[in-house]
Amino acid sequence: MDKVMRMSSEKGVVIFTKSSCCLCYTVQILFRDLRVQPTIHEIDNDPDCREIEKALLRIGCSTAVPAVFVGGKLVGSTNEVMSLHLSGSLVPLIKPYQSLLYQAN
Amino acid sequence: MNTTSTHFVPPRRFEIYETTLNQVSMWEENFKNNGGIYIPNSIIIPTDAKQDSLSDDTSHGTPHKFDQEASTSRHPDKTQRRLAQNREAARKSRLRKKAYVQQLETSRLKLIHLEQELDRARQQGFYEGNRVDTNALGFSVKMSSGIVAFEMEYGHWVEEQNRQISELRTVLQGQVSDVELRLLVDNAMKHYFQLFRMKSAAAKIDVFYIMSGMWKTSAERFFMWIGGFRPSELLKVLLPHFDPLMDQQVLDVCNLRQSCQQAEDAVSQGMEKLQHTLTDSVAAGNLGEGSYIPQITCAMERLEALVSFVDQADHLRHETLQQMHRILTTRQAARGLLALGEYFQRLRALSSSWATRQREPT
Repeated sequence: MDKVMRMSSEKGVVIFTKSSCCLCYTVQILFRDLRVQPTIHEIDNDPDCREIEKALLRIGCSTAVPAVFVGGKLVGSTNEVMSLHLSGSLVPLIKPYQSLLYQAN
Repeated sequence: MNTTSTHFVPPRRFEIYETTLNQVSMWEENFKNNGGIYIPNSIIIPTDAKQDSLSDDTSHGTPHKFDQEASTSRHPDKTQRRLAQNREAARKSRLRKKAYVQQLETSRLKLIHLEQELDRARQQGFYEGNRVDTNALGFSVKMSSGIVAFEMEYGHWVEEQNRQISELRTVLQGQVSDVELRLLVDNAMKHYFQLFRMKSAAAKIDVFYIMSGMWKTSAERFFMWIGGFRPSELLKVLLPHFDPLMDQQVLDVCNLRQSCQQAEDAVSQGMEKLQHTLTDSVAAGNLGEGSYIPQITCAMERLEALVSFVDQADHLRHETLQQMHRILTTRQAARGLLALGEYFQRLRALSSSWATRQREPT
């Protein structure tokens, strides 16, 4: 779907969410803790909400929301993000998009 | 002076670390062999070191064998007093033992009765409808057959867990090949993953049941985080037991622990948000108007999300175990799994110890 393609290929970290989805909130908190400012697309207020959901599932996201894209590529939903983070592979992926507010650990 | 060889400590209170009927008969033997005087053995731990007037006897209490003749001739009164005290202590000990054995017998009968019930239920293919249970306040609470099944499955899981831990313990004490160890490690990992699958199925049936941790023992419940153990805490407990670790491994484990904490934090905050939205749903509209079907309907929808949080928490546990398996050598992983298993065994022992502690009436 064009809309999804366009939105997901925006620079940096892009997350499709729903306002009622608390796991979406969880994923946002995690990126915030990693000093990343993701672009959030809340789809429940979008008229094309159902189409977007279907498109996200078709692309390969395990659940439609949260759907996380980094640098235009699909990372996945909450499970995939958590697995990546615990394996130490998430931070290298988002490094170009981390703000330099704090000293690196 | 009188000859004494043992320090007599009347067990005013005792905690039972692990009690079986075998230990009662051991106690009986102990009891008989020591001339009717109770000598504490390693199984029963006297916790109250306070000595009452009975053993205020500044000498060392009861000698292992009576040495009456030698003592009577020199200090008849003291000896008589000591003998009377001993008789009193022995009498009280016998009474306590009697009460304890009666308690055990009752529990044993209860256990047999429960096992028979469960066998009957298993043969019937579990209940067609719902089993009615009573909660703490005596209200009838429907326990779905899926949850009954989960509880039984979990009982088997713990048995298998204990067997695996014993095997690991034995094997690590001797010489064991890496190949054999790898098999044991893989089995242990699979065993944990099986539990997560069981919990996921049970959460779909009754998420509140999983969240309450009712299938766990009380001490385990105390440390619970969203339906199970907290991965970062566990890493902290286990870290000292992996020595020696290579530098890279130390770095990897520390990074893992930090990632765990960040992930847990994010999930916890998501949970909080869920609780807030649930409160909002329940409290919406006019509190006091007496009809609230829409609010309940809305809250029910929100509750569905709780299942995905339980799943996410178990996902974190799953991934933490996977990562540890990746970071450690086979031998280190075996050692770690043994430590992990025994840690939970100790928590379970703490729970039963706490439950059976005897309190003196004040």
